[in-house]
Amino acid sequence: MVDIPYEGIEGIPPAEVPDVELYHPRSWWTRYVFSQDAKVIAIQYSLTASAIGLVALVLSWLMRLQLGFPGTFSFIDANQYLQFITMHGMIMVIYLLTALFLGGFGNYLIPLMVGARDMVFPYVNMLSYWVYLLAVLVLASTFFVPGGPTGAGWTLYPPQAILSGTPGQDWGIILMMSSLILFIIGFTMGGLNYVVTVLQARTRGMTLMRLPLTVWGIFTATVMALLAFPALFVASVMLLLDRLLGTSFFMPSLVEMGTLSKYGGGSPLLFQHLFWFFGHPEVYIVALPAFGIVSDLISTHARKNIFGYRMMVWAIVAIGALSFIVWAHHMYVSGMFPQFGYFFATTTLIIAIPTAIKVYNWVLTLWRGDIHLRVPMLFALGFIITFVNGGLTGLFLGNVVVDVPLSDTMFVVAHFHMVMGVAPIMVVLGAIYHWYPKVTGRMLNDALGKFHFWVTFLGAYLIFFPMHYLGLLGVPRRYFELGDAAFIPTSAHSLNAFISVVALTVGFSQMVFLFNLAWSLFKGEASGGNPWRATTLEWQTPETPPGHGNWGKELPIVYRWAYDYSVPGAAEDFIPQNQPPRATQLIQGAAS
Amino acid sequence: MSAIILFLTVLAVIAGWWLSQQRLTAKPWLEEGPAGDFPGGDAMTWPAAKVGLGVFLAVASALFVLFISAYSMRMSVVDWRPLPVPRLLWVNTGVLVLSSVALQWSYVAARRHDIESVTIGLLAGGASAVIFLAGQLLAWQRLGAAGYFVASNPANSFFYLLTAVHGLHLAGGLVALGRTSAKMWRGAGIADMRLSVELCAIYWHFLLLVWLVLLGLLTGWTDDFVDICRRLLS
Repeated sequence: MVDIPYEGIEGIPPAEVPDVELYHPRSWWTRYVFSQDAKVIAIQYSLTASAIGLVALVLSWLMRLQLGFPGTFSFIDANQYLQFITMHGMIMVIYLLTALFLGGFGNYLIPLMVGARDMVFPYVNMLSYWVYLLAVLVLASTFFVPGGPTGAGWTLYPPQAILSGTPGQDWGIILMMSSLILFIIGFTMGGLNYVVTVLQARTRGMTLMRLPLTVWGIFTATVMALLAFPALFVASVMLLLDRLLGTSFFMPSLVEMGTLSKYGGGSPLLFQHLFWFFGHPEVYIVALPAFGIVSDLISTHARKNIFGYRMMVWAIVAIGALSFIVWAHHMYVSGMFPQFGYFFATTTLIIAIPTAIKVYNWVLTLWRGDIHLRVPMLFALGFIITFVNGGLTGLFLGNVVVDVPLSDTMFVVAHFHMVMGVAPIMVVLGAIYHWYPKVTGRMLNDALGKFHFWVTFLGAYLIFFPMHYLGLLGVPRRYFELGDAAFIPTSAHSLNAFISVVALTVGFSQMVFLFNLAWSLFKGEASGGNPWRATTLEWQTPETPPGHGNWGKELPIVYRWAYDYSVPGAAEDFIPQNQPPRATQLIQGAAS
Repeated sequence: MSAIILFLTVLAVIAGWWLSQQRLTAKPWLEEGPAGDFPGGDAMTWPAAKVGLGVFLAVASALFVLFISAYSMRMSVVDWRPLPVPRLLWVNTGVLVLSSVALQWSYVAARRHDIESVTIGLLAGGASAVIFLAGQLLAWQRLGAAGYFVASNPANSFFYLLTAVHGLHLAGGLVALGRTSAKMWRGAGIADMRLSVELCAIYWHFLLLVWLVLLGLLTGWTDDFVDICRRLLS
């Protein structure tokens, strides 16, 4: 098939790998448990993240029970409510979404999409997962220690985070910090792998501009995470020292329980700067992989090349860079120097430009496409709609004068759940429906999938859309119960109850999805190697699921970009990236 | 936070320069065929481990720069009382410089295929790094004996914290150095050794640089500079 001379050129991996250089599992343990194969590590990451994510889902049900029907459930008290909020937020943002997008999808898709046999440092990659698992276990252990998990809110602001009166002050906060430190160490190990694999292990012909946007998204997000997580690391270490050794990095002098505390002089604002220096890039660490994946889903299922590929790449890079200079828009109400606000509002609004470019390009990709409304496509469309909605309320909150009155209300809850809760989860679910056939060799059940999509999509809207209205009424967030405030009408209470009922319904519909995952593993229809007729390399592996070393004897050679769908004159409506030009011409000749 | 912004700007310039070599203006939909037909855009010619170390150094730098950012913000509060830096630190600095020089010597020897000098250089570098760490612990002990405890003043807290983070990074480097030495002990060829020794040397130079910056900060030499940076943002 290939008549191009292929010698080992410096810096390019040779086509045939000597057998000794590949990592070989020798036992069941090293094959499935302590595996160094990125595909196994990806599945381990995904399962662990989903398991702890289910805990966070249950916590959200408990919160909704309390908010919808205050006073009805005697087993939820005010302290527990705060603990539920904290753990729900922390788990969902860091231990579920970050781990799933980068550890799960990153590990599975990067080597396959760039045409590598594995990550470049497989042993470090394995360590990354085990440190992550340890972080998750430490986090989960806080549910069982005296005093329970911390109730400081997911932002863990000092001074309240480590003072008595905040639940989990004994052990919860210490273990939370330790778990975050472990997570960051584990992530750094994995992140080095993702970045260096994209830089160094691309197969012959895979130039940067031929990478699928999924890889661009995950790559850029990883670079951002590598630079942003150190800020959380610094904040966690220093807060831990404040708690354990009595230093005063963040703790001002204050009276605690009637006595003057040992602290003095520290700056709570410093913690907020460090936290949000991590926290804002974190939004895009979750969003950029989602952007990338959704581009590939839309292009594949609309049978059309992605509109404005170059623009999409530039926008990803631009968003990544800009997201480091907008962090203080989370701090308008913190009491920082007020003129800062104008600078950060401006940068925040500027970041809307590359983001809008992406949205327009998705829509223009759909325009006159041959749209197949299969389940992954439904989720991709659901993402666009949800993301636009959440992004528009972001324009509200990015402005200081609008943010100040809305900051402590349900409006903010609605905004960030739309934009970085529901939207990325839509992509995660769509991506699972899309790549499950590659991972298992079987299709997920279509009817259950469509049911799952419609309940999740409509349900998420019914939950979070009315929440904006509650926020505009002034209903505060983080409150255990609303009491009899005059400005909150009865209708707001009924709306809360309604939201809770929908939230429980949507939550339970996820069980249908879990059933689908398990059932299809054994009973699903066999998918074949390329069920979606997609162009990217992961669908061209000789075996499905891909075998050890991914590519059999020879690495693939790439001849074209990732989006050759419906090329005029071609025999099929897709041309795989590793199909040589001459073969295409032959097919064209046969067709004409 | 101006220190970290400055650092990220430098990184962005490097990343931008690299990206500009990658033909990001190419129109991939028009370029069908083997990659050799189009210039640029191939993988770097460095070995993966070296690129990996480079990325790690960027991450570690970000960590130290963020600590420095926190330091500069915290020191502007009135309760800051600089602590007298123990003289021992100068001795330690000298030892760390020796350690770095020894590893550089080892790397040069590896390029000359002089296996004996490589061994001597690695051992000398490792030993002086251990002495440096012991010296740092001794400095902690002396400060403690003089009544400068970790929680008694933020300047003390930062002193202990920064030296500890730097020391831990060096200890991690010693693990890598130990593995390199073990590989040598088992009789690995000089060609295999060269990269490992080179990476150790790079890491050591990096930690020396970080230490010099931290020393400047802790002794107050860079106070004026820090002050300027702080005023930029507030």
